[in-house]
Amino acid sequence: MTQHLSVKHLLGIKNLSADDIRLILDTADDFKEVINRPIKKVPSLRDITVANVFFENSTRTRLSFELAQKRLSADVVNFSASNSSVKKGETLLDTVNNILSMKVDMIVMRHSSPGAPHFLSRHIKANIVNAGDGTHEHPTQALLDAYSIRERLGEVGGKKVVIIGDILHSRVALSNIFCLQKLGAEVMVCGPNTLLPRYIRELGVQVELDVDRALQWCDVANVLRIQMERQQARYFPSLREYSLYFGLTKERLQRLGKEIVVMHPGPINRGVEISSDVADAPNAIILDQVENGVAVRMAVLYLLAQQQ
Amino acid sequence: MQTRIILEGERLSITVRRLCEQLIENHGQFADSCILGLQPRGPQLARRIHQRLQEQTGLSIPYGELDATFFRDDFRRREKPLRANTTHVPFIIEDKRVILIDDVLYTGRSVRAALDAMTAFGRPREVELLVLINRLYSRELPIEPTYVGSHVNTISSQKVLVEWQDEPAGENRVSLIENA
Repeated sequence: MTQHLSVKHLLGIKNLSADDIRLILDTADDFKEVINRPIKKVPSLRDITVANVFFENSTRTRLSFELAQKRLSADVVNFSASNSSVKKGETLLDTVNNILSMKVDMIVMRHSSPGAPHFLSRHIKANIVNAGDGTHEHPTQALLDAYSIRERLGEVGGKKVVIIGDILHSRVALSNIFCLQKLGAEVMVCGPNTLLPRYIRELGVQVELDVDRALQWCDVANVLRIQMERQQARYFPSLREYSLYFGLTKERLQRLGKEIVVMHPGPINRGVEISSDVADAPNAIILDQVENGVAVRMAVLYLLAQQQ
Repeated sequence: MQTRIILEGERLSITVRRLCEQLIENHGQFADSCILGLQPRGPQLARRIHQRLQEQTGLSIPYGELDATFFRDDFRRREKPLRANTTHVPFIIEDKRVILIDDVLYTGRSVRAALDAMTAFGRPREVELLVLINRLYSRELPIEPTYVGSHVNTISSQKVLVEWQDEPAGENRVSLIENA
C-alpha cells in the first residue's frame, strides 16, 4: 500500500497511477467520517494558504473546494477572472506569479484552455489542482464519481459504466474514462454521433448509439449535462428530440428489468438529459456525489500538501 | 538489532487485570464513563480492557476508537507522510469521563493530538490516560498517565514494541528493541 502520491500536482487523471487513485479514495473515506461529525473541522492544513483561481464560472466545484479547504483549516483566497486584471490584459503566468508572491502554497485553477494547469506547473513551485481545463480534464470530478460508485457498489473494478451525452465537449467524460479504466472498470460511451469524438475508440472504450442497449449493458449510467453554452454549432436538431432519443426516463429504466445506479455531475437540466422522477429516485446518487466531492477534495488537498 | 522482553505471558495478563481493577475502583458503576482506544496501536489494548471490564462488572460501557492523525503537529514536518486510521466514536462524549487508552506513552505528542481530536465529539468532564508502557524521561510535553502498566527507562535510539496474539506475529509480548 503506497503512502504518498507519485505526483506533486493534480493536473489530470491521465498522469495518476492506480495506486494514487486508491490512496485518494481511501483517504477520502477518513474525511467522509470527519465531515459527518458534529464538529466537521480538522486542523491539518492550518499553515497552508490556498488560492482558488477561477477563470471560468463554477458554483458547485468552487463551493466544494472552498468547503474542503475550510474543513481542513486552510486559509483561502478566491479569485475570479471576471473582476480581475485579466480583463486588463495580464498574462496567466503573471497573474499567478502575483498571487504566489503573496505566499500562497496551493493553487486550485479552472481555466477555459486545455493544458493551462500543465503549463503553469512547469513554471511555478506551488502545488496545482486542476479544477477543470476547457474540454480536457476535470480530475476531482472523476475521483468523486469513482468514490461514489465504490461506495454504492463495493468496488469499481469489473463494473460496467456507460457515460451518456455530450462526450465531445466534456472534461468529465475524459477524466472519468481514465479513472474508471485505471480502476479496472469497463467503460462505454453513448450519445448522438455528432457529440462523440471521432477517435474515442482509441481510448479502449465501447461506443453505442442506442441508449436502451447501453443501459441494458451497464451497472452504472453516468448522465452528462447538455452544455448549452458550447452548442453554437447545432449538434442535434432540438432539445426535445435529444430528450426523446437519449433522455433517461422512468419508462426506459423500468423496461430494463434490473436496477442500475444513475449518476449526474450536475447541474441537471431536468426534462432534457434526465427526467425528474429518475433524478429523484433512490438509485440516483446525484446528491451523494456532491457530498462525496467535499471528502474527495479534502483527500486531494491533504495528500498534495505533503508533496513538497 | 537487539531485543529484550519487558513483559510477556502471565505477567502481562496480571498487569492488564490490575489496570482493570484500578478502573473499577475509580469508576464504580461506569455511569458516565466511556473508553476510547487511540489509533493505531491503542485499540488492541483498549478492546481487551473493555471486554474484561464488561465481563467482570456485567455493565455495558461505551467504547470507541479515535484517530488523531489530522490533529498532529508534525504534518508536513516529518519525512514519512501521515496516513489516517478509522475513527469510530458512536456516542457523544459531552460531560462524560473519558478513559483514553494507548499502548506506549513516549513524547506525549499523540496524546496532545488526541485531546484535540476528542473535542469534535463534545466537551468531556474529565479525561484520564491509561497506558501499558510509560517511557520515562522522554516527554516533550507536560502529559502524564493516570494508570500505568509498567514504567520503562529508555533512550531515544530504542523502541518499545507491544504485540498481541491476534496479530500476524502472534504472541502477547512487550519488547524493547535497540536500533544499533
